Amino acid sequence: MDFEKSFFETPSSARLTGIWSWLLTTDHKRIGLMYLFATGFWFLLAVLLGGLLRLELMFPGQTLLSSHLYNSIFTLHGVIMIFLFIIPALPAVFGNFFLPMQIGTDDVFFPKLNLMSWYLYMLGGVIAIFSLFSDGFPDTGWTFYVPFSISTNTNVSTAVFAAFVLGFASMLTGLNFITTIHRMRHPKMGWLQIPLFTWSLYATSWVQLLATPIISVTLVLVMVERYFNVGLFDPARGGGPILYQHLFWMYSHPAVYIMILPGMGVISEIIPVFARKSIFGYKAIVASSMAIAVAGSLVWAHHMYTSGMSDTAVFVFSFLTFVVAIPSAIKVFSWVATLYKGAIEMTPPLFLSLCFIYLFSVGGLTGLVLGGAGTDIHVHDTHFVVSHFHFTMFGGTGFAFFAALHYWWPKMFGRMYNFKWAYIASVLVTGGFIFHYVPMFILGLQGMPRRYYDYLPQYANGNFMAGFGGLFMIVGIFMMMTNLILSLKRERNAPADPWGGVTLEWMTPSPPPLHNFTGEPEVLDYPYDFSKVIEKFARKPKES
Amino acid sequence: MSSHADESGKKMGMWLFLYTEIILFGGLFVLYAVYFSRYTSDFIEGGKGLSLIFGVVNTIILLISSFAVAAAITAIQRGQKKIVLSAIAGCLGCGAIFLVNKYFEWGHKIALGIYPNSDRLLDGPDGLNMFFGLYYIITGLHGLHIVIGMTFLAVSFGFVLVGRVTAKRFALLENAGLYWHLVDLIWIFIFPLFYLVV
Amino acid sequence: MENKDHIFAYKTLFYVLLVLLILTSITVGISLVDMGKLNVWLALGIASVKASLVLMVFMHLKFEGRVLIISFLSTIFFLAIMIGFTFWDIGFR
Repeated sequence: MDFEKSFFETPSSARLTGIWSWLLTTDHKRIGLMYLFATGFWFLLAVLLGGLLRLELMFPGQTLLSSHLYNSIFTLHGVIMIFLFIIPALPAVFGNFFLPMQIGTDDVFFPKLNLMSWYLYMLGGVIAIFSLFSDGFPDTGWTFYVPFSISTNTNVSTAVFAAFVLGFASMLTGLNFITTIHRMRHPKMGWLQIPLFTWSLYATSWVQLLATPIISVTLVLVMVERYFNVGLFDPARGGGPILYQHLFWMYSHPAVYIMILPGMGVISEIIPVFARKSIFGYKAIVASSMAIAVAGSLVWAHHMYTSGMSDTAVFVFSFLTFVVAIPSAIKVFSWVATLYKGAIEMTPPLFLSLCFIYLFSVGGLTGLVLGGAGTDIHVHDTHFVVSHFHFTMFGGTGFAFFAALHYWWPKMFGRMYNFKWAYIASVLVTGGFIFHYVPMFILGLQGMPRRYYDYLPQYANGNFMAGFGGLFMIVGIFMMMTNLILSLKRERNAPADPWGGVTLEWMTPSPPPLHNFTGEPEVLDYPYDFSKVIEKFARKPKES
Repeated sequence: MSSHADESGKKMGMWLFLYTEIILFGGLFVLYAVYFSRYTSDFIEGGKGLSLIFGVVNTIILLISSFAVAAAITAIQRGQKKIVLSAIAGCLGCGAIFLVNKYFEWGHKIALGIYPNSDRLLDGPDGLNMFFGLYYIITGLHGLHIVIGMTFLAVSFGFVLVGRVTAKRFALLENAGLYWHLVDLIWIFIFPLFYLVV
Repeated sequence: MENKDHIFAYKTLFYVLLVLLILTSITVGISLVDMGKLNVWLALGIASVKASLVLMVFMHLKFEGRVLIISFLSTIFFLAIMIGFTFWDIGFR
């Protein structure tokens, strides 16, 4: 029993005690867990806000929220989910915790900068909350489109400043990860021996680094416009409002790959472990991660087909959008091919990963409907779009987050959770999800616009269905979280490698010691070589 | 496994940060490119309205300051502490002169009634409003970077003075220098875009 | 990977400064001659040469490893994409 020596018991600066051993720590594992609690809080808050929105929409007319409140709440839901949950969730929580472990080192390259990123993240959250109570949260939607974001009386400046600070946190995390991967890999680990989750974080970090500054400067411009009224986006003064959209999506489209790439990395870790089979096309997955990072930066204007930009641009960006679909599809095929003829062990993380593949594929394929310029004009700014991006962001990244939680929970806390409740919750979330979002596809095709608190009578059935599904989904999410939290009461007895993983984080006790490894970790020639695991794990993984 | 001695890793982190700065200004250059192509003749007129002398003097000052920083790096590698300190001090002086020049330049423009949301710009052609809007935003952001760079250099100055930056460990000074060069690099592009469009 | 110990002589640095100052006067001189659109490209061209000198010599990029050189070029590439692709819209409206 060597759990007394885990990182929970050894503060990273030995003189720190109590709460300070967390708040001033430079241990990447503790910082990862602090991110976990913060992102978890924001996620559940934004889930409840989303629930409120659907509750309002369940019945026609004004039932629960006034139109004004509705506008502020959907903005708040979007801002929290995007800037405070999806973007930091996988890189900042699991990246922080597992990236150094997967490459066989003891911390990130800039540990203090890492802590500072966490504080920037928290500061951004606090500023966002603060803007709620000053002049009311913005009612612009998370996109802060001009001219409304400049003319509205709500507190846009504070909210965009919050997003600016959060962008900084995300950028610095990316910077830290790239340097860590370059400079601190285990000496025996070559580039093509890096686990796929770390590879996906590497690609993500580059996007974070090179795309985030664009949103920073754009948000600064929104503030400048509000305070100094230069008129850069005001057509009456010579500005072009569409240029704001260009700048905004130059970041925000690459940002959707910041959101999904680490999710794909998680799935690429989980699938081979439970198929007990080497990942199909390791190099293809690595290459497609990098290809997504590059190609994802070339397609921003496909959010703007109806904005009034030139037809040439519509044509070019539509074409490029279809190109981006290819690397994503390569990954889906690789996962499915990995499962083919594998010795599959069903566990909650695998179950959630399978749900991910299905939901993400639906999200990706409906994305092609939106990427095609002709079809997009019919469904632009309708509930079809809402459903599409929830399928990719929630069905994709959200489910990858759940899967990662279930996969790495025993490693992070040293405790196994109850499988039965995990399955029940996962089924509820997935089933609820489908009932929640599929009606929105239909509503969108019928023409129901997004961002309205009321609708015409013909949309009543679909909205009722969606609200009903949403209820199951929310119950499922809380059940899943409760199950995980209850596991903390259990005895800390998870084995070092409960699943049969072969990446380096499984070669050390659960939870890991302060310096991650008890001895020198052994780097495999190929990161997904399961031959030894198959001998060792002739039996099912144990719950407790 | 310890990272603390990895000086070139720290430098890499700084370079990555410089990329973000390049893209930050890049967003503004996107706007410049678009508005320049739309209002070429107004931009040329606006460029004539800026003082070429101020622009040239500030360019020379920044180039010299960049040289001073580069010399400081050579000096620290050779262990010539006095030269390091005087080079950094010279660079800080250049930065200060740059800011003073900027102050007079802006002050002059504002006195002429050319500033964001001024009546003169609102009544004038749209293109001029865009030109001076971008002028204030880009040079303002650049000025802010000068201040940050000077702070960074001043901190390194202190560290050299007390001997925490030495010939063996000078990543901090080197990074401050890199940041300063970047500020110069951006000015190298700002200068022709605003002062030489005639 | 990279030559950490490379030291530039003061003389080299000073010559580079001289070249930079000469290029500055050339670009100012050119700007006084009206050549239409060509002025813009010449000014940007000279600025790029000056920038390269600062990067290569003052910032020691010449002696950094491949990683920094490739990533720097990628950054410039992305900047070019951002400006260039916007003109798919602006140039054809």
